[in-house]
Amino acid sequence: MSMPATGSHAAARSRPADRVFAASALIAGVVILTALAAVAVFLIAQSIPALIADPATLPTPSTSFWEYVAPLAFGTVWAAALALIMALPVSIGIALFISHYAPRRVSQTLGYVIDLLAAVPSVVFGLWGIKVLAPFVQPFYAWLVDNLGWIPLFAAPVSGTGRTILTVAIVLAVMILPIITAVCREVFLQTPVLHEEAALALGATRWEMIRVAVLPAGMPGIISASMLGLGRALGETMVVAMVLSPALVISFVLTGSANPPTIAGNIALNFPEAHGIGVNALIATGLILFVITLLVNSAARVLINRRKAFSGAN
Amino acid sequence: MSGAANGIVNSLTSARLPKWVPWALLAGSWLVLAIVFGILAAGSGGDYNIVAVVFFGTVLFDVLLVTISYLVEGSRRARDRLVTSLVSTAFIIAILPLVSLLFTVAVDGWKRFDIAFFTQSMRNIVGAGTEQFPGGALHAILGTAEITGMATLISVPIGLMAAIYLVEYGRGHLARAITFFVDVMTGIPSIVAGLFAFALFALLFDDPGIRFGFGGAIALTLLMIPTVVRSSEEMLKLVPNELREASFALGVPKWLTILKVVIPTSMAGITTGVTLAIARVIGETAPLLIIAGFTASMNYDLFNGRMMALPLFVYTQYANPGTDVQPYLDRAWAAALTLILIVMALNLIARLIARIFSPKLGR
Amino acid sequence: MLDPVTSVRLRALMAVAAVSTLLLTSCAANEMYQPDTSSDLSGEINGSGASSQGSASDVWIAAFQTAHPAVTINYSPDGSGAGRKAFASGGVAYAGSDSALSTSELSSNFAACSPGTKAIDLPVYISPIAVIFNIEGVSALNLDAATLARIFKGELTRWDDPAIAALNPGEALPAAPITAVHRSDDSGTTTNFTDYLAQVAPEVWDAPANDSFPYLTGEAAQGTSGVVEAVTNGRNTIGYADASRAGGLGVAALKVGDTFVRYTATAAARVVAESPVESGRAANDLAIALDRTTTNPSHYPLVLVSYLIVCQQYADPATGALVKAYALFVASTQGQALAATSAGAAPLSPDLSARVSAVIETIR
Repeated sequence: MSMPATGSHAAARSRPADRVFAASALIAGVVILTALAAVAVFLIAQSIPALIADPATLPTPSTSFWEYVAPLAFGTVWAAALALIMALPVSIGIALFISHYAPRRVSQTLGYVIDLLAAVPSVVFGLWGIKVLAPFVQPFYAWLVDNLGWIPLFAAPVSGTGRTILTVAIVLAVMILPIITAVCREVFLQTPVLHEEAALALGATRWEMIRVAVLPAGMPGIISASMLGLGRALGETMVVAMVLSPALVISFVLTGSANPPTIAGNIALNFPEAHGIGVNALIATGLILFVITLLVNSAARVLINRRKAFSGAN
Repeated sequence: MSGAANGIVNSLTSARLPKWVPWALLAGSWLVLAIVFGILAAGSGGDYNIVAVVFFGTVLFDVLLVTISYLVEGSRRARDRLVTSLVSTAFIIAILPLVSLLFTVAVDGWKRFDIAFFTQSMRNIVGAGTEQFPGGALHAILGTAEITGMATLISVPIGLMAAIYLVEYGRGHLARAITFFVDVMTGIPSIVAGLFAFALFALLFDDPGIRFGFGGAIALTLLMIPTVVRSSEEMLKLVPNELREASFALGVPKWLTILKVVIPTSMAGITTGVTLAIARVIGETAPLLIIAGFTASMNYDLFNGRMMALPLFVYTQYANPGTDVQPYLDRAWAAALTLILIVMALNLIARLIARIFSPKLGR
Repeated sequence: MLDPVTSVRLRALMAVAAVSTLLLTSCAANEMYQPDTSSDLSGEINGSGASSQGSASDVWIAAFQTAHPAVTINYSPDGSGAGRKAFASGGVAYAGSDSALSTSELSSNFAACSPGTKAIDLPVYISPIAVIFNIEGVSALNLDAATLARIFKGELTRWDDPAIAALNPGEALPAAPITAVHRSDDSGTTTNFTDYLAQVAPEVWDAPANDSFPYLTGEAAQGTSGVVEAVTNGRNTIGYADASRAGGLGVAALKVGDTFVRYTATAAARVVAESPVESGRAANDLAIALDRTTTNPSHYPLVLVSYLIVCQQYADPATGALVKAYALFVASTQGQALAATSAGAAPLSPDLSARVSAVIETIR
């Protein structure tokens, strides 16, 4: 992140206020690092007993800790990925709709309405998921299994209550949608007007203008927004605990009763009754979630850095 | 059609579909699918599937519109139509669950959205309570306000300053490390943040049963900071460098440039980010249950004694009702409605602040 | 300087802030209401533990606090395991638990108790567990333990299976798949349910009693509320839940001896009253070894017993006095009757109530 602005001021006289400000900014960064280090130390220290313990004493007796954690890690990634696949295109669509399609007056209201969705607490999403969404989509799942059951994703038997990983992914998608939309919207609105007008003046249709001017400039923002959303989906606890019908299996089936659980949901479900090594095992799964997020974010950073030529600060 | 003769289509004069065509097509597709599924349902004796009707109807509409547009208007316009319909469809898809959810919360929450709900706690209230004291959520509203307020007070300065460091000052290993670990922080599951805060304070105060509001605020701070840093960083980066350079050229010190030029320019984005961050943590249940505790009585003191929060109130009213479930559910929905209204109000205030402090833009 | 419009807005903002501050600093109306009592108890104690006795706890605490206005009791339904852990570490003054302290837990130290003294288990909350169902066109269902076990194990998958039909002559069972809903969280309800199946139908249910559901079949849901929700909203479902929450759902009759028995509070209390106290424990420890293999049709063996775990002697005498007064109230006929009406519990039999009260009198 080279900064021409700072570079060009190498010779400027340094003022005390400047130094105080720079130092407090630095301290803020260091505080964050310290806090995170403390959490990491806590996680690792609490996880070690579970990692070295006899696997047979784990909450679900297994041959190794990894066998215990595999379905959980799989379920976490699978549910979050499904949610992101559903939410990302829709969010970009909504953000474009608000920034470039809807009339000005309408778009402000719409933006506000979408932000509202971010305000709904996850417990309420959970309540809505079990009371409204699951019964509503169950017949649809039944239809999918009856007619498209040859696709492994919709293998029989169908869940009798609709509380499957697909339902959870839908709720998660609805939850992360306003986050992704809000960031994308701000980013799209910041597209240089000159670029847009130039494209239109060359005779581009609205879509062509968006494709050549808006989307490339907004790409780092879109990736960033997706990562914010993905982070929330990976770590979401209450919705998964309340809505999902889990079983410790690795399965791609979207419409069945036995769904891979997620790490955060599993911690919430089993922590109250956990004792002895079980507590450590649950915290160790939390450490794994930490690592998963770390990997996902590193991947995103690599993608953004390849495309960072469009950042306004450069 | 002279343009077509040269192989170039003049988009100003080439054939355009009348404005009513997309709407008519949409209604038509839904109707056709409704009839098809009606016949199917009647034939098989199964249930009538309204989701499938809307879903496949919309797909049919998209296909038809693009095909017709391709035939009449050519490929470029067809693609534009396709994207327009996809974008609008995305919007409708997103609005549907929102409407369903808000409708459910509003209708179910309204039943107990009365004065008693905001002037009473749950102390000594059982079931539907009495005529005079039907029970309320004042203790939880107070707790949420204090805990979330404290978390915001801690995390916004830290988060914003860290973002400023990353965008304006940071270079080299430290900046890269902060960026990276802020990303990692987004991955702290909320329940782990609660466990961490609990372990920390139990150790500090040597009290294995410690429960207090401030601990909850610390747990929420851990969850809030990455969101604040991430969104502020994104917004600060979007401030054009020309503005900074112009300010420097006028002899304005760097810290004043940041305070008076960079931050006001990105104010709207930053407030949106902070509001999102508050919205992200104000609904947290799991960490607060562990560190802030559960109580039915009022507690004003953030630093002493158990403190209730609204999401916890919703959850416990739903999960642990007595024999007479309905009054508990009514209170749960009313609390959910209150929570949403609080965040709405925050949102409005954030917008107001953004409007007051950000400079007038060109558009 | 701010322009006029801005300052008007700012003033409006401040007004909003002022109003909300006023609202929040006002006291809760119900807490200012002070009934006349002549109680000299005061102080605050915290408890933590099983969510099963959560709603009963609410009633007990409300009544106790009304009688002793200067007392505050907080009970957080964190779960039995969390409650026992918090109690052992001295974090709370008492715990609620769906299972008695294990011998290994008893061998460790309890921080809240006087050095050298131990904790004791007091059965205070008995609740029948109902097998609830929601099957199209079926209003009554008879099941024996073996069939129930096969349903939840996933061996019986359709409602019109001959094994089920044989128990329900004359009932039109649909030709539809069974969705059996169990708890997804670890829970005392699951412990008692699986204990019943393992005791009565060991040839089918080969897994020991456990607080997590042992098989990978069927559908799972969080908490009693989640199971009730799943059974209510699902199609052709069956599940198990605290009987007080069965609501309008169908409730299966279980085969005890040669008769099919529906749960009643008295039948549930009777099986507890006639089960022996677990042997090998301290004299004041009333952990009960439930005999679920009873063939007496006046018993309903699928019950949950939840304990109050307290110190025999508290390190802090003031806490001891509060816990003692509260526990006495909980075990009293009045406390048990309150739990029965508001939480659907089965009151302790007079015999057991007297025994528990006698033990509580020895708490210091």
